[in-house]
Amino acid sequence: PQIFEYNGSAVVAMVGKNCFAIASDRRLGVQLQTVATDFQRVFKIHGKLYIGLSGLATDAQTLYQRLAFKHKLYQLREERDMKPETFASLVSALLYEKRFGPYFCQPIIAGLGEKDQPFICTMDCIGAKELAKDFVVSGTASESLYGACESMYKPDMEPEELFETISQALLSSVDRDCLSGWGGYVLIV
Amino acid sequence: AANGVVIATEKKLPSILVDETSVQKIQSLTPNIGVVYSGMGPDFRVLVRKSRKQAQQYYRLYKETIPVTQLVRETAAVMQEFTQSGGVRPFGVSLLIAGYDDNGPQLYQVDPSGSYFSWKASAMGKNVSNAKTFLEKRYTEDMELDDAIHTAILTLKEGYEGQISANNIEIGVIRADREFKVLTPSEIKDFLEEVE
Repeated sequence: PQIFEYNGSAVVAMVGKNCFAIASDRRLGVQLQTVATDFQRVFKIHGKLYIGLSGLATDAQTLYQRLAFKHKLYQLREERDMKPETFASLVSALLYEKRFGPYFCQPIIAGLGEKDQPFICTMDCIGAKELAKDFVVSGTASESLYGACESMYKPDMEPEELFETISQALLSSVDRDCLSGWGGYVLIV
Repeated sequence: AANGVVIATEKKLPSILVDETSVQKIQSLTPNIGVVYSGMGPDFRVLVRKSRKQAQQYYRLYKETIPVTQLVRETAAVMQEFTQSGGVRPFGVSLLIAGYDDNGPQLYQVDPSGSYFSWKASAMGKNVSNAKTFLEKRYTEDMELDDAIHTAILTLKEGYEGQISANNIEIGVIRADREFKVLTPSEIKDFLEEVE
């Protein structure tokens, strides 16, 4: 069995005008059986920074717990929230520490940086960062997501339009993927 | 100063035969943080090494240059360790750490106990009480960096036995460009001439 396709997942993030949207599906499966239809894959780090973790569900939860821990300590020490770029470097360093026994997750990081400029990036399971200006995708439905986003995306969309676009892209892609679906969860900041 | 920090020290050499260019009391910890000490030179070198390593570790993790407060905190933690572990003695140095980061120009003093204080202007070492009184009279919050350099030189002059020259004081500055620079003897000479 393929480890990245064990639980099934789809996560996508898009950049709009001074805002971003991050969305994921809600299915948790054990190979072909659906076990839950309300599984959370997008987690909050702080008010303007969210991380979506696709791939193996147990690694997604553990990785989130470790990152929340590190961020809380950072907040206490430095008396400020982490910038999205800094957080991305932190996630990358954390993943590479486990280079030869990795976390089977592909994170998507979305946040508002200085002056509320949206920032999104994704990385592979060992921490190779990929910055993007428009959208990032990950999960079992990633190929369909690439196609859907590429055709539906326009730069500088307002929050309402961004919501429509990302929802349509997510729903149409997961409909073509048997391992993800059962609704979607969209967050706009 | 309002737009930068200056640290200065006198360089007392044990004899006139010593090559003064080989002695460096002011060192940089990162491109935007510098440090000067009062006390034992070898202890200072060890601390500089440790601090530089910590600054680099921070960069490796966050790909962001370490804020001044964090570096001071970590350096002070090292100094405190040595007051509480077995078989070691406390560091025989007091440090003045000067840096410029997103929170503006900052100056911190770290004592051998590991306690640290933020200062607008400070002095340590020989003649500290006279120097501090002098600074209290001369320091203003909105002074320009060049004025601050003058004031620093004058403060050093107060307690200096003998003749000050460009070769027996060291000055380090950070301006708004956030780069820590140790002034060359010729630059020091220019400032000294303005003071005279």
